[in-house]
Amino acid sequence: MAADAAAQAAGLRPGMPAAKAQVLVSGLIVQDADPIADAEALERLALWALQRVAPIVAADPPDGIVIDSTGADHLHGGEAAMIETLIGRLAMSGVTARGAIADTWGAAHALARFVADPSVIAPAGHGAAVIDPLPLAGLRLPPGMAADLRVLGFERIGDLLAQPRAPLILRFGPELGRRINQALGELAEPIEPIRPADLIEVQRTFAEPIGAAETIARYVGKLVAQLCAALEEKALGARRLDLLCHRVDNRIEAVRVGMAQPVRDIKRLTRLLCDQIEQIDPGFGIELMALAATIAEPLQRRQIASSLIEVATPDISDLVDTLANRVGERAIYRAAPVASDVPERSVCRIPAMSPDTGATWPSHWPRPIRLLPHPERIEAIALLPDHPPVSFTWRGVRRRVKRADGPERIHAEWWKRDAELAAIRDYFRVEDPSGERYWIYRAGNGEDPETGSHLWYLHGVFG
Amino acid sequence: MRPKPAIESLRAQIERIEGRSRRATSVLPFGIPEVDSRLPGGGLARGALHEVAGGSNGAIDGAAAGLFAAGIAARTTGKTLWCIAKPDLFAPALAQAGLAADRVVYVEAGDDKTVLACMEEGLRHGGLGAVVGEIAHLSMTASRRLQLAAEETRSIGIALRRWRRHTDAYDFGVQTAARTRWRVSVIPSETLPVPGIGRHRWLVELAHVKGGESADFEVDACDEQGCLALPAELVDRPAAAEGWRRGASG
Repeated sequence: MAADAAAQAAGLRPGMPAAKAQVLVSGLIVQDADPIADAEALERLALWALQRVAPIVAADPPDGIVIDSTGADHLHGGEAAMIETLIGRLAMSGVTARGAIADTWGAAHALARFVADPSVIAPAGHGAAVIDPLPLAGLRLPPGMAADLRVLGFERIGDLLAQPRAPLILRFGPELGRRINQALGELAEPIEPIRPADLIEVQRTFAEPIGAAETIARYVGKLVAQLCAALEEKALGARRLDLLCHRVDNRIEAVRVGMAQPVRDIKRLTRLLCDQIEQIDPGFGIELMALAATIAEPLQRRQIASSLIEVATPDISDLVDTLANRVGERAIYRAAPVASDVPERSVCRIPAMSPDTGATWPSHWPRPIRLLPHPERIEAIALLPDHPPVSFTWRGVRRRVKRADGPERIHAEWWKRDAELAAIRDYFRVEDPSGERYWIYRAGNGEDPETGSHLWYLHGVFG
Repeated sequence: MRPKPAIESLRAQIERIEGRSRRATSVLPFGIPEVDSRLPGGGLARGALHEVAGGSNGAIDGAAAGLFAAGIAARTTGKTLWCIAKPDLFAPALAQAGLAADRVVYVEAGDDKTVLACMEEGLRHGGLGAVVGEIAHLSMTASRRLQLAAEETRSIGIALRRWRRHTDAYDFGVQTAARTRWRVSVIPSETLPVPGIGRHRWLVELAHVKGGESADFEVDACDEQGCLALPAELVDRPAAAEGWRRGASG
């Protein structure tokens, strides 16, 4: 029997007899386990991860998905951001997920299941230290073997690693040694990536393994040309391309590039892939290269302005793609206005290639070009309730205020949080005798303590 | 001040010898004759790298220098690529300097090296009006790469120098391949007859210009179109009295 969070709150535990559970909770609906449907759902989830996270993804039945994130985490802004987003997005669709990033499949498997923290990132080159304190079940041993080992007094993986290996293998068979070696990374454990049936994929096998960057680049060009022909037949453009290089030592090196809009331009796709070649480690040689359009979307032909009157607006989507694949999709963006008077909430980030909105901010009050990420406390001498300060001290420097403008009163957004019900900020633009201009505010209206603490803050610097 | 025709033809000869078949360089004028006359060609050269830094505290926050760059970018056509190392740029202020939100694409590059790579990529592309990169250390080699990338296209490259500490700002004196070098410092704003702050005012120092002489100007900050202006009380002053020009200050 399995139990979700609600069932556990009612006092049910996995492994409990169904009859006992029905006695504990009246009106309990018991559903039969459906391993086939579970496996199919896991397969679907793996496909979802393949399209969004990384090129090498496989289902790890009964309850896991294994992802080789090498060569894909840069698109998500690093490993930490990637795992946070992944767990967050799964939570939004109602799946409570736990994740771990480690050097080997075995270690990540154990960390994801037996560490309290739902998202664990083991440092690169972590060795055996991270899995030492975990229970034996983390080693993916055949059923029964973990129990037998526990009878012999082994509780944690560390206990097992400290023992000489030969007598253990003699007693429990080679499977134990294999699993330990896989967890430690001493034995390679290739991930067989799932391939959806309708995936547009082209591949090329080499009689003689290739390794030089120029050779890889040449074959990337040939593969892209083939793939574009395949895409053209279906009138599609690629949004995401995965290049899988199968090495002679049975490892797969993967490279993923993402595009902001569907693309079917041979030159452009080749360039994007060739930028990433230095990330491919050919080892002793590559024997098979496969290029797949993991996400393909309909691509309409567009008329390009060719008349003498219209001036064609230069298309920068190729530049955006190049930069996004270099610094990450999140790091390239445009700013768009949000209808909010609170300065730090008035800007949101939108994808760089989203259509022009034409919207802008109200321009009746000047805004500083540099906005501090967090307003900084300043000591100010001011006449309450509504005069600008006579002088203030910021970062240890006292500045006399020669000229000032304000106050610009900004009410907090009471519909967002209770704490903002009565909060007010009074913003002033102040200038010191040397001409430095700052944007400072007082929390509160200067009279009513309910509206704020009456402390002064510096929020921005004008040019 | 204008170079003589003989010198012009000599320059053209030297350029031919150097193998730089520069296309007819177009310029982006500031619209202020006093400033434009100091720049070769009568404006800021397109397809070239320019350096902008702030004076005193502006060396760290790069506020006035940033707006100066925004004003230049606003007067170009097409989009602007703004490579930043620290996300403290406030987009509404750029919109108030004439650079609408739809026209700016930001790239958040973590370090100087990535900023340089992104700038180079942007300059090579050619479809952008201006490429601005906030950068602390700019070596001769790096600036040369950017300058060569810019020469292939008509984009204006602006290296917005911004340092972590005041002591690092001495780096600004080091020679780079940038066509011009500007230092923009804030000075007290326009005096109003009532209490308040008038139009912001800057001291713009043209510290270095290739094929020209350095100079400094006191100007009113960017308006909604990104145009600078000469302060009204200076415009009406007799031309002979050049007393308003202040000496170069650090």
